[in-house]
Parts: sequence; C-alpha cells; structure tokens
Amino acid sequence: PRTAAAAGMLSLDFLDDVRRMNKRQLYYQVLNFGMIVSSALMIWKGLMVVTGSESPIVVVLSGSMEPAFHRGDLLFLTNRIEDPIRVGEIVVFRIEGREIPIVHRVLKIHEKQNGDIKFLTKGDNNAVDDRGLYKQGQYWLEKKDVVGRARGFVPYIGIVTILMNDYPKFKYAVLFLLGLFVLVHRE
Amino acid sequence: LRKNVEDFTGPRERSDLGFVTFDITADILNRKNGLQTFWDIFDWNVKQLFLYLSAEYSTKNNALNQVVLWDKIMLRGDNPRLFLKDMKSKYFFFDDGNGLKGNRNITLTLSWNVVPNAGILPLVTGSGHVSVPFPDTYETTKSY
Repeated sequence: PRTAAAAGMLSLDFLDDVRRMNKRQLYYQVLNFGMIVSSALMIWKGLMVVTGSESPIVVVLSGSMEPAFHRGDLLFLTNRIEDPIRVGEIVVFRIEGREIPIVHRVLKIHEKQNGDIKFLTKGDNNAVDDRGLYKQGQYWLEKKDVVGRARGFVPYIGIVTILMNDYPKFKYAVLFLLGLFVLVHRE
Repeated sequence: LRKNVEDFTGPRERSDLGFVTFDITADILNRKNGLQTFWDIFDWNVKQLFLYLSAEYSTKNNALNQVVLWDKIMLRGDNPRLFLKDMKSKYFFFDDGNGLKGNRNITLTLSWNVVPNAGILPLVTGSGHVSVPFPDTYETTKSY
C-alpha cells in the first residue's frame, strides 16, 4: 500500500491521496494539528507571563505615531509593575469602555509618594494631546489603563492581521489553506 | 550638552503654569568603547530619533512630576548636532496644583527614543542637565 500511495502522489491527485490514508493515519494527522495549536497557545500564554502584559504583541492600527510606526507594524510589549511609567515611553493603553488599544507616547506624569500615578499621552503625529480621546470628564490615564510599554518592533508584518480583520473572506481562506496543508502534509 | 533658560510663572485658574525659554546645544553621539564618533548614532538600523526636553521636579502634591516641554523628530540623515536658541516650550507647562511657585529645583534633561528599522526601542538620557528655579511670585498679565 505504501508504494501505491507514492505513485498516487505523483499523479497530482490530492483527494485520492487522502482517501488512501486509513482512519488511523487521519486521526494521527488531526492529533498532530491539535498539538501544533496547543503549542502555539502555550507559547502565547508563556509570553503573557514573561512580559506581564495581557497582550504582549500588538499591531499598530493608525498613523498617529508616524513616522516611527505605521499601520501594520508589530509591537512587542512588556508591562512589568516594577518598571515605572516615565515621559518619553511609548505606552499601549485602553480607554475605559473601549476595546481598541491606542499606541502613543507619555507626555506628562504626576506621581505621588505611594506610587499612584496619573499621566497624559500624545501621538507623535498628532497636533494635540490625547485629552480629547479620553472618556468624558477623564483628564488622565492611570496604571490600570495600560496594556503595556513598547520595547521593540518589527515593521509591516502585522498587515496580515489587519487584512484578515478587514476582509473576513481572506481570513477564512488563510485558515482553510493552513488546515489543508497540515492535514495533508506527510512528515 | 548645555541648556540656558529664563522663566516666569503665571496662575491659570487653579494650577501653576510655567513659561520657559531655552537654548539647546547638543551633540547626539553614540559612545562605543569609550570612543566618540560623529554620525555614529545613525547606524544602519536607526530610522529616527525622537528627542524630547523634559522638566522633572517635586512638589508638595506629587513626589515626582515630569513634563515634556519640547520634542523633535530627527530623521536619519539629519544633522545630529543641535544649535537651538530662544526656543519656547511646545507644550503648556502646567503643574498639577501650585507646585511651581518658588520651586527652586526643576531639572531639565534632553532625552531621546531610538527608533530602529526593526528591533529594540531604547530610551536614552543625555548627559548634562540644567537645574532651573522658578520665582516666588506670579507674573500678572503675561500674554503668551
């Protein structure tokens, strides 16, 4: 049956190939796939622990930090409590009640003796600070609003997630192709 | 690295507002192995520098305050030497309260964020900083 399968591949017929795989091999491939997904999840959770951030990697969504960052750039964050928030740092924060995180720079901080801090942010490419973006009546951001501090970045790569978000058909196509590849690929 | 300033304070409703004018003379260098090399800060992986002048001080209300007074983006290819005179602060220097009046110890420092083409984003503080005192009285009717 092995040599027959090899000949089958040469005839460029994937579906024939899959049919030839007996049930045991199919289950094996599915388990393989599950393992890859679990490993990926574990790596992600591990990153969350090491960086202290609930979202250790984020994609830049707007042009408000140009020319440093452009839409689609990938940012690596840490959110360690021991790192104090200081001006000049690039923070990723969420405004209460809003889902989308914002990536801007710290412009002003006022910190009390006990460590309580309130700070103001501004996008490099914006003319004014972010007060207009904050909640009604909110003038400052606090530690609890911070998702993380940008420590490193890689350009362009995040464009894939933006495309997947804006064009769901593209997302399904990518997932379908990935699934197909893993199931059919022989180690 | 040298900065020279004069300043005034003005009351704005409830919080102190400081006015600072300054000169900046700076060479942004990258010190490697104790050698100073010009233009070295813009190596192959440096896209730009985000420079900012910040004032740091302590008040009764807050143990630590930091306010960015001015910033500038220096792109690769720009001259890393700065000769700026009589600059006004870009952003309002508001205190959270009335801690500027009579505050003798406001430290101005020039720092910058190195933005690479890809990689780590370090924050570097320039050597040399200037301590600036604010006067004990408010100026009235100062038009900004």
